[in-house]
Formats: sequence, C-alpha cells, structure tokens
Amino acid sequence: MSIFRAAGGAGCHGAGTARLQERENTATLKDMKKIAIVGNPNVGKSVIFNSLTGAYVNVSNYPGTTVEVSRGKGRFGDAGYEVIDTPGMYSLLPITEEERVAREFIMEEKPDIVLHVVDAKNPGRMLPLTLQLIEAGLPVILDINIIDEAERVGLEIDTRRLEEELTIPVVATSGISGKGMDELKRRISEYKAGKAISIAYNETIEKCIKEIEDQLKGEYIFSRRAIGLLLLQEDPEILEIVEERERTIERIKEIISKIKSVHANPFHFSITMRRQAVAGEMLKHILKSRRPDRVSFQEKLNRMMINPVTGIPILLVAVYFGLYQFVGVFGAGTLVDFLEEVLFGEYINPFFIWVFESIIPWPVIQDLFVGEYGILTLGLRYAVAIILPIVGTFFISFSILEDTGYFPRLAMLVDRLFKKIGLNGRAIIPMVLGFGCDTMATMVTRTLETKRERVLATLLLALAIPCSAQLGVILAILSAKPLALLLWAAVVTLVFLLTGFLAARLMPGERPDFYMELPPLRLPKLTNVLAKTVSRMQWYLMEVIPLFLLASVLIWAGRLIGLFQLVIRGMEPLVKIIGLPEDTALVFLFGFFRRDYGAAGLYDLQQEGLLSGNQLVIAAVTLTLFVPCIAQFSMMLKERGLKTTLGIILFIFPFAFLMGFLLNILFSFLGVQL
Amino acid sequence: MTIDDRAEEILESLWVGTEEMGREEVSLDDLGIKEEDKALQNLISQGYVSRDNDKVALLKEGRDEAEGTVRRHRLAERLLVDILDVKGELVNESACKFEHLLKKGIDDKICTLLGHPKLCPHEKQIPPGICCKETRESGVKLVSPLTGLKPEQSGSIAYLASRDSKKIKKLMSMGVLPGNRITLVSGFPSYVFQIGYSQFAVDREMAQNIYVRVEGEGRS
Repeated sequence: MSIFRAAGGAGCHGAGTARLQERENTATLKDMKKIAIVGNPNVGKSVIFNSLTGAYVNVSNYPGTTVEVSRGKGRFGDAGYEVIDTPGMYSLLPITEEERVAREFIMEEKPDIVLHVVDAKNPGRMLPLTLQLIEAGLPVILDINIIDEAERVGLEIDTRRLEEELTIPVVATSGISGKGMDELKRRISEYKAGKAISIAYNETIEKCIKEIEDQLKGEYIFSRRAIGLLLLQEDPEILEIVEERERTIERIKEIISKIKSVHANPFHFSITMRRQAVAGEMLKHILKSRRPDRVSFQEKLNRMMINPVTGIPILLVAVYFGLYQFVGVFGAGTLVDFLEEVLFGEYINPFFIWVFESIIPWPVIQDLFVGEYGILTLGLRYAVAIILPIVGTFFISFSILEDTGYFPRLAMLVDRLFKKIGLNGRAIIPMVLGFGCDTMATMVTRTLETKRERVLATLLLALAIPCSAQLGVILAILSAKPLALLLWAAVVTLVFLLTGFLAARLMPGERPDFYMELPPLRLPKLTNVLAKTVSRMQWYLMEVIPLFLLASVLIWAGRLIGLFQLVIRGMEPLVKIIGLPEDTALVFLFGFFRRDYGAAGLYDLQQEGLLSGNQLVIAAVTLTLFVPCIAQFSMMLKERGLKTTLGIILFIFPFAFLMGFLLNILFSFLGVQL
Repeated sequence: MTIDDRAEEILESLWVGTEEMGREEVSLDDLGIKEEDKALQNLISQGYVSRDNDKVALLKEGRDEAEGTVRRHRLAERLLVDILDVKGELVNESACKFEHLLKKGIDDKICTLLGHPKLCPHEKQIPPGICCKETRESGVKLVSPLTGLKPEQSGSIAYLASRDSKKIKKLMSMGVLPGNRITLVSGFPSYVFQIGYSQFAVDREMAQNIYVRVEGEGRS
C-alpha cells in the first residue's frame, strides 16, 4: 500500500528521481525496450526496480505497498531500458484493483521483457503465475528473489535445471544485498524470446479452448490460448475486449455456456489445480529442503505477536515507545521546543519582522506576512517548527514498524473488532497512519476492497482519529492531568467504536473478507526507513503545507473583511452551550483551517489559565471530533466525492458539539472537577 | 418392513420440506404424487407418514428412515464428485440411483471413506450417522474444517467448501489448494495458517471453507 500514489498527477510514487528522468527522456523513451516487473505481493519487486534503475520507490515489508505503476530507466549491456514496477498480482485473473492495474498495464504497454519476481521461499505457490505468463505468450524472465532468506531456512533451488524445464531464463537474486543483480542485468541484455513450454489441461478444457481459439480473429497481447482460458474462467474485462473485436462473440459465449453446463467445478478451479500440479511436479527435483530443527527467533516473536495475551502488551510497548516517547516527548516536546522557541522565536521571526517592517510600509501587507497570523510568522513557523518535527518523527516510527512486518500481525489481532465497525483488519493501516496525518490516511483508504469500507474508514478518520499535530498539542495540554488525558482518550475511543458500529448498521453491504499474508519479520534497514520517511515528508510538504499557507491567507483575508469576527460571533453561543469560554470559538474556527491551529490555540488558552480541567477535556474532545482540517477536507472531496463528503461533514459538525454538550452536562451532573 | 425406492424419494422430499425448510407438512403437488400413489399408501400403512387431504406430514416413526435416505443421497453426491469426479447434472441423476444401493452399513463405510463430510457438494448438511458420532466422541476427525483444528495441527487440504467464487479465488491465491499441506498456527483472534514457508491470516468465514484431512493430533 503506497502512501504515494500519484494524487491527480501531483503527488508521486517515490522520490522524484524516476519522474524527473522520465520527463527528461520522453523523446528517447519510445525507442527504449520496456521491462515490466510483475509478481506476487511482497516478493521485492520494488527493491529489484530500485536496484535496476537507481531510483527510489517506496519499499516496505507489507503486501501491497505498490498500488500504482512507476517507471525508471536503466542501462544493461549496450542498451537503455525503461523499467516499470507494477502492483502485486497473484494471477493473471485479477481479484483486486491492484491486480487489475497490473494486468491492464501489461496489455497496454506490450513490454519487451516481463520480469517475473518470485519469493525463493515459496516457488511452489508462485510458479503457477510464471506458467500463466508463459502461456500468455509473454517474454518472461524468472527472478527468484530473496534467495538469502530461502537459504537461511534450508531451501536450495537448482536454477539451471528450472531454466531447462521452463525454457526461459532463470536468475536467483537478493535485491536487498545486490546478490545476483549483475547476472540479472546480463540476462536482460542478452534476452531473446524463444519457444516456451505449454501446459495441457484436461480434455474438456482443451477441446473448448480449441473451439474458442478458432473463433478468435483479432489481435491480442496475450496468446489466443490464454484469452480462451480467461474467457472460460469468466473474466469480465477480457470478455469486454473480445466483444469489441470479434463478430463471432455470440458463438464464443455459446461454446462457453455449453461446456459450463456439464462441468461441476468452476473452470478456474480445474485450471488452477492443473497449473499447481505442473509446478509441483517440476519442483520435485529442483527444490531441496532441509528443515531447520530449531524454531527461529523470528518465528518465536511471530507467535508472540499473533497471540493476544502477548500481542497486546507488544502493541502497548510499540505505542509507548514509538508514539508516546519518540513522537510525543521527543518530536512534539524536545524538537518543537527547540525549533519553535529558539530557531523561530529568537532568530527567524525577528528577522522576517525586521525585514518586512523596514521594506513594506503598509501595515495590512505587513500583517499578511509577519502579523499575528502571518504567512511567515505563523504559517511557516507552524509548518516547520511544529508540524515537521511531529509528523517527521511519526513517519520514522511508522516506517520502522512497517518494515519489520508488524502491521499485518496487528491487522490480524484487530480484525474481529474491526468487523464490528464494518471494516476488516486491513483497515488498520489507514487508521494507524491517521495518527500521523489524516489527509494521507484518507488517501490510503482507496486500497480498501469495497466502497462501503472506504466510506466508513473516511468517516472514522475525519471524526475520531486525531492527527499527530493535534495529538501532540493535546498530549501537551492534558499531560499535566493524567485523569483528564485518560478521559479524553476513553471518550474518543468510545466514539470511534460506537460511530463505526452504528454506521456499519446503517450502511448495509457485503461483509468484507479478511485475508492477508503475514510476511516474515525482518530487521528494518535504516537507509530504507530514512528514504521512506523523506519521501513521505516530501509528499507532505507538497500536498499539505501549501494548503496550510493558503489557510494563513484566508485567515488574514477573513479577519480583514470582518467575516471571521462574524463567524466567531455566530459560534460563541454554541461554545457557551458546551460550557467553554467565548474565546474558544476562535480555536474551533481555526481548527477547520488546520487541526493543529485549533489545538495550538487551545494550548495558548490553557497557558493563560483560562480553562478549567473540565473545560480542557470538553474542548479537547470536541476539537478532536470536530471537522477535519482543510487539507483532509479537500482529500475527502477528491477521494469520496462531494455528496459523501458533505454527508460526513454534516454529521460530524453537530455531533462534535453534541458530545461536548453531553460531557458538560455529565460533568455538572456528577459534580466532576478535574 | 421394507420400502421401495419410490417411497424413499417421498421420504426424502418430506424430510427436506419439514426439517430444512421448516414446514409442518408438504402438499401432494409439491411431492409430485397423487393421493392414490402406491408408495404413499405403503408409507402410511407403515406409520411413517400421515395424510390430511392434500397435505402430507412426516411422522416421528418415519423421521429416522427419512433422514437416512437424505444422508445416503448426499453421501452419494460427495462420493460422485470427490472420488469419481462426476460433473454437472449427472451428479444429481446418478446420486438418485446410487443412494438406493447404499443400504444400512454401507453408507457408514462410504462416510468413513470420505472422512465424515459435513456438507454435500451443494453445501447442504449431511445428517450425521452413527459412524460420525463415534469418531467425534473418540476425538479422531478425519476431515475437518480448518476452524476445527488445534494450533500446531497439520494436514493436507481436502477440499474448499465455498460456492462463492470470489472467496475461492482469494483462498487459491494464498495457495489453499487441495493436496497442499497446511498447518494451523493460531486460532484466535483470527486464524493463522502456514502453507509452505508462508503464513496467512484469515477470518473465521474464510477458514470455515477450508477442509483439511487431519494427519495427527497436535499439542493441545
């Protein structure tokens, strides 16, 4: 699941290198040979891509990191190649959106070489896709990757012999350590398509494919045999393509429905079984394994993570150190203090103020740049001194956890709970990411399988997941009163679960299946963690910060023409109802422009001692639930459309205040004094 | 006290109508017979069923007999599909003839051969026989859904029970295919299993569809 899917062409998949190269070379790219990297999820396609091109796209130990095609350039032998990374696919017959993207891509781009990357630990499971690719008449090179891990668990693969059996080039590599990469590049530069093997299916199927093949007259990227097989397996996209090109489509449909009526198992099943059997037979002599006697440390840790008794304490430890200590105390505390007070407070802001006051005579313009809410003094200061350290430390923590392979295990632990709120374990990734940046998390919800899940996840992110900027400030405000902090956390968690539960009831739809590979636990590589953090920060700076600067301008304009005062006056009674001083109306208004503005405004009020403990909790809860920031709002519009977004906002706005109101009543009823 | 094949068919339809569809009685029309049908008269005289105008009800005495015929029919279907690889319409046709051959005792032998399956190929319950109850009590399960395994227990995948082709595709993409070895790693809060060197987590609904021929008892 990439955090960096191109968002309307502006965002990017990895660091900018690949894109820049592409722009520079669009003229020559046409003459270059194309290599498409395909394969199951989490086999290291992106690592191979990075190694072949020298570019960087996001890599993590999580199936489905890449959800979009990314391109780069490489030179092997005497020729330049365009290298293209694709999302993971299990089979040429797609189930998920990513698989569809990958297959469509192959059909449209007609690559000169299809590099099939497989996990050396599981050739038996992945070789059937190689067979399918060969069957489709594609020019395949097989890359047996992660060979080092396979050797460690005692697996030996005779690549020479496999090459003979498959009649295509086979190379063993370890993308991370670089082992075998030179060999791979050599084989790419020497590649010549040849006659490849073909699998025979049972008589019924063969006869039927033959009949369909005879009807196919159009040009296809895949072999007619493969098209016939996909039609037999009722592939809707292929059927559509064939419908466009064949006049005899009715006849083809007839052939298929005739054979279906006398076949008990779905064809998909028989065909997959046959490929599996062929692959198994092939590997019998090629794969040697000695089983290690002892259970590895990784496996022991794995067992602890997936057992709730030990898994929940592990989660708490991860949250405590990864989130609280590193992001909260170090990022939001130490770093922010230094940047905000020392760097900006003593140097940058005074400098800007001095510059603008000396060169621009008009106070109104001065105000825009260096005033109380100025673009530089407030907008930039907040962006660099508050957001950057908090979000940055969060992304580091997140990347480390991601690379260890912890998230799929967490997904497995929370699946039952998430089912109750209409989601499944897979949604853990956008939810955790939301604690970093809800805008980014909202974008990532597109990797969820059904529309219903995407809408529910978007709602919950907007309502009850505080982003790191907000979280940092709220932690700072409430940390002096542990009971208040606990209460805030409890209320927000309750709202998260309850809203999810009710929304899932109100929005009927199919129950999502949970199925997920648990990749092996790995020690994260520092370089990869940093590269990923940098590329996420880059995204953040490009997508979110401009909106924040825009917010500064809007606030300036709003104050200038008196619109803000009007809105604030309108909100004051509302704020009073929930038991807060009038001044907090401003906090809520700013909260929309930027969540952290709101929270930071609250911080100022608390510093001035204007709020009691009760009021702090009410304000923190209401502000957390209250509408998302302007960046998240625009991402919601982009991802979910106007209707859904308005629906969500219209629910959240009154609901946040209702919760504040209820808390206020509850406090006075119970006589709570925090 | 013997009943002929035709009478067995009537009992079968009655059982399905009353036990599975929850009706009190089944009309003659639905059974596709006439009032004066010989087999029906025979069943009434043996005290297996009763007739009230055009409604036929299954009596307590006839229930066991009827359940037996349903069991034999569905076991026959499993046998035809799983072992003999018969397909399509032929399954039902043959099963209708086959079931009458599986007289007392033979059905249990077939049932044991098949590993005491719980569902027929159409995903209907197969009424358990004495053999199923005995094996359950002795703790030996031959074929069981993955949800019935204990952690660390392994076996080879016998079949996938779902008719939902999307679910089947998802399972197959993880290498859950008949014949492959599978080990249950953990059964709570979700099901984690291992195939080859890969581990997967699935929810209960997915795990239920994986039927495993269990190899030995795991540690409990």
